[in-house]
Amino acid sequence: MTAAPLRSVRLGPVAFRLRPRVLAVCLALGSLVAAALAVCLVVGDYPVPLPAALAALTGRGERLDVFFVREVRLPRALTAALVGAALGMAGAVFQSLSRNPLGSPDIIGFTAGASTGAVLTILVFGGGMLPTALGAMLGGVGTAVLVYLLALRRGVQGYRLVLVGIGISAMLGAVTHYLITRAELTDALTAQVWLVGTLNAREWSHVAAVGAGSAVLFPVLLRLGARLRLMEMGDDTARALGVSPQRTQTLALVAASALTGVAIAVSRPIAFVALAAPQLARRLTRADGTTLVASALMGAALLLCSDLVALRLLAPVQLPVGVVTTVVGGTYLVWLLYAEWRSGRA
Amino acid sequence: MSLDRLATVDGDRTDLDDTSAARAALTRRTSARAASHVLRAGGLLLALGALALTALLSLAVGAKAIPPEVVWDALWRFDDSYDHNVVLGLRVPRTVLGVAVGAALGLAGALMQALVRNPLADPGLLGVNMGATTAVVAAVYLFGLTGVGAYVWFSFGGAAAAAAFVYFLGSRGRTGATPVRLALAGTAVSAVLLGLTNGVVLFHDFVFEEIRFWQVGSLAGRGVEVLVPVAPFLVVGALVAVTLGRSLNAVALGEDLAAALGARIGRIRLRTAAAVVLLCGAATAAAGPIAFVGLAVPHAARLLTGPDQRWLLPYSAVLGAVLLVASDTLGRVVLPTGELEVGIITALVGAPVFVALVRRTRMVRP
Repeated sequence: MTAAPLRSVRLGPVAFRLRPRVLAVCLALGSLVAAALAVCLVVGDYPVPLPAALAALTGRGERLDVFFVREVRLPRALTAALVGAALGMAGAVFQSLSRNPLGSPDIIGFTAGASTGAVLTILVFGGGMLPTALGAMLGGVGTAVLVYLLALRRGVQGYRLVLVGIGISAMLGAVTHYLITRAELTDALTAQVWLVGTLNAREWSHVAAVGAGSAVLFPVLLRLGARLRLMEMGDDTARALGVSPQRTQTLALVAASALTGVAIAVSRPIAFVALAAPQLARRLTRADGTTLVASALMGAALLLCSDLVALRLLAPVQLPVGVVTTVVGGTYLVWLLYAEWRSGRA
Repeated sequence: MSLDRLATVDGDRTDLDDTSAARAALTRRTSARAASHVLRAGGLLLALGALALTALLSLAVGAKAIPPEVVWDALWRFDDSYDHNVVLGLRVPRTVLGVAVGAALGLAGALMQALVRNPLADPGLLGVNMGATTAVVAAVYLFGLTGVGAYVWFSFGGAAAAAAFVYFLGSRGRTGATPVRLALAGTAVSAVLLGLTNGVVLFHDFVFEEIRFWQVGSLAGRGVEVLVPVAPFLVVGALVAVTLGRSLNAVALGEDLAAALGARIGRIRLRTAAAVVLLCGAATAAAGPIAFVGLAVPHAARLLTGPDQRWLLPYSAVLGAVLLVASDTLGRVVLPTGELEVGIITALVGAPVFVALVRRTRMVRP
């Protein structure tokens, strides 16, 4: 893959570097997200024309229009966009830290822990919505902390973190499987449904939760972006360039894990977005390092489009979005790899 | 291995002329090499001994404990008693299957990590596990098949088809099957298949009921009827694998250097991938998708052997078999009634050991 051209731009006393291609891709992805948001407001079993939908946003128009647009579709679409962005950015950070294209928040065990916590709550305590979410959060945070502590030995070495994460995730996966094989069929099915992420019936409270998390954590990670790119050149080089690898790594790990945690709490574990979005963004921008903004936008676009498919493909049956993200994201990645070959860039 | 490093030329010995110093260094180096080979051969024998012990234990332990001497008699002086029938009819096939599956998974894992040069790679990364699962889901959903024997062929066919597609996708282009492209292609294809199976499973109870037991991975109640169909594939896969050690050592130096040394990268990759599909596909068809063995065993083996693939491959095979048979044996006795599937035990037992190893030692990268 050839790197995108780099251009210096000078505006009066301010000079900065600009990658035209990265900027173009970000703008394109941004408009895709906006368009997908608009489509989300319009389509459904109760279609609202676009002008009416936009009017309904400000509270004008028919009561039913306003209800559907403002209370049902907008929160769901915003949740999808924010969760997608959070997963995309967290995935980019984890892939950068582990210097591994297969790295994702899953490697720190958060997803496995949350799943085990949730399944345990459902099967053992017969949990409702709230206890299940609580169980998932506890499981996720507990596992992430455990993995981190186990990997901690005179600083966290990226490679060791990955391997410890694999081990702990495998254990938790076994526990989840055990619970599912031993449970009654109906309970097991409930648990299995929980394991596949969904955006059905998301409300403003969900938007508020993921919005607050993003508002705090996005700026933190974006500020770390430049240092993460330097660290991809190797810890020694980064140190020589004035970056403290340990501090950057710890801060980025904590922030990205928290972001994943918020996303999972709101929408359950949605598979594959965190893994695919950074890779897709990287291949589209042809950047030679991590591009956090493009990854976040790609995650948002991916999840919004997947959610539209999940809603409308078999309507009125609503597929869980986690099923669609894997199919849509996976197919897109397959196509992109294939297209790379055809254009001879591979 | 640190033994190799002992053999560096001492800088302060200036009393000898250059030729004899070089000769002495060469001798020391060769003898250190030989010593390290002897050490590793001894280790392999020890591991094989452990495997034999585990296998005997697996014959003796179960819902009905049978004393070792009766097991021994059953093997050599069969007298058609109940105990002897249990040992020969049930436990021997199951143990043989366990050894075969464990060795295949360990071997396939080592090959896979060498192929994509990624510590996160497990043999399922080529799409083998998800291909098999999808085919089994299709068999249950479309044709209403039930029972392990019925879907051995589906599972193997699905594994092979998925892996062939992943390899095709990853190897297009001028550079061929580069590690990153193979890994990404495998992940993408597996994800699509996972989504499709989830879509079917979540809306059809009867498929879920069947698949939730299959996808854990188990040796229970499986013997000759699943071992016989997959055995040829396992044997061919293992034969291909053992010839690959030297070539993979060259590939580990990096593509350019390996090509300069005369290794044909493309063909080595193709053979490695073929061996992984044969081994892992057959193992999955026989016992279901058993996670963790293929992923962790090569890391553990690498701690003992260093990065030399000629040693890593046999060690991985033997250690994989030990882990699987031991886990299967443990699974039979750990619950007061019934059995715990081997796929659950391998992870529950293997993971803490793996984490401890990772913590204690500086890991060797594949």
